[in-house]
Amino acid sequence: MAKVIGEIVVDIERCKGCEVCLDACPTQTIAMVDEVNGKGYHYMQNIHNACTGCTNCAIVCPDGVITVYRVKV
Amino acid sequence: MEETITKSDIIKPENLVYKKTDLMTDNVLSYCPGCGHGTTHRIIMETIEEMGVQKDTIGIAPVGCSVLAYEFMNIDMQQAAHGRAPALATAIKRLLPYKTVFTYQGDGDLAAIGTAETIHAANRGENITIIFINNGIYGMTGGQMAPTTLEGMKSSTTPYGRDWEMMGHPLKITELLAQLPGTYFVSRQAVHTPANVRKTKKAIRNAFELQKLNRGMTFVEVVSNCNSGWKMTPVQANQWMVENMFPFYPLGDIKVDGELVKK
Repeated sequence: MAKVIGEIVVDIERCKGCEVCLDACPTQTIAMVDEVNGKGYHYMQNIHNACTGCTNCAIVCPDGVITVYRVKV
Repeated sequence: MEETITKSDIIKPENLVYKKTDLMTDNVLSYCPGCGHGTTHRIIMETIEEMGVQKDTIGIAPVGCSVLAYEFMNIDMQQAAHGRAPALATAIKRLLPYKTVFTYQGDGDLAAIGTAETIHAANRGENITIIFINNGIYGMTGGQMAPTTLEGMKSSTTPYGRDWEMMGHPLKITELLAQLPGTYFVSRQAVHTPANVRKTKKAIRNAFELQKLNRGMTFVEVVSNCNSGWKMTPVQANQWMVENMFPFYPLGDIKVDGELVKK
């Protein structure tokens, strides 16, 4: 069965840490990290490698910081 | 087999599925974290990109939080005086009828100081699109009561909640405009979940396409949050919006093809 693996790239310096994307993620693969960016916001990252590339997080992100890639294996 | 795929194998241009549109400039948005303005800006720009009308679109920026919308939208933009965006859009559309003209206004701009301009532009049936962001508060100036503030809702000028006997009832300007014969498409949407974002994008696309038919004004209200004005976190504000704003401002199409949708 074809499996889909996704990956996100976050523009860390533009992320404002609003956490709206966390609720939108169906696989709970993203989380806020403990580190902060240049403006002092905790930013989001893909931490569990369960991303399916569904683009939900990118679509609700108010600042458009997320770029999504997806590959079939 | 699956273990051999690394991050660098996935992150390649041919695997790209979603990226911020180039019609949004690289300026960092001036909005608070979690504000619906950013999402709405982006879906408007995505719609324009998909329709391929970047060169033929003129946007009107309002006064309010989105006063700097022209810094973020990489299209022709004009800044209007407070509340006068529909009047300016009328002028631009009449002078350049082949352009797609839209205004982007908040509730303090459209439903308070610009009520006259909005209602008369709608009543004249101007062939423009209005994107109306309703967060029930004056966000830019510090969360004062707006005409759209809900009954009992606390704001910095109504610390005990809005009392209708003293401050009047909340104004449903979208329903009001739908009653006028000059409007052709009126819809109310939200941008707090992926599904709602997709629906809003569809409504905006519909509004832009119907504008070319020259049948009247197309109007899309986006119910949004104002987490700093409501004194909540963005996630709490979205939750509060679902529980309190949506019962009074129900989502969905209100007027389609010039006919009111019966509920």
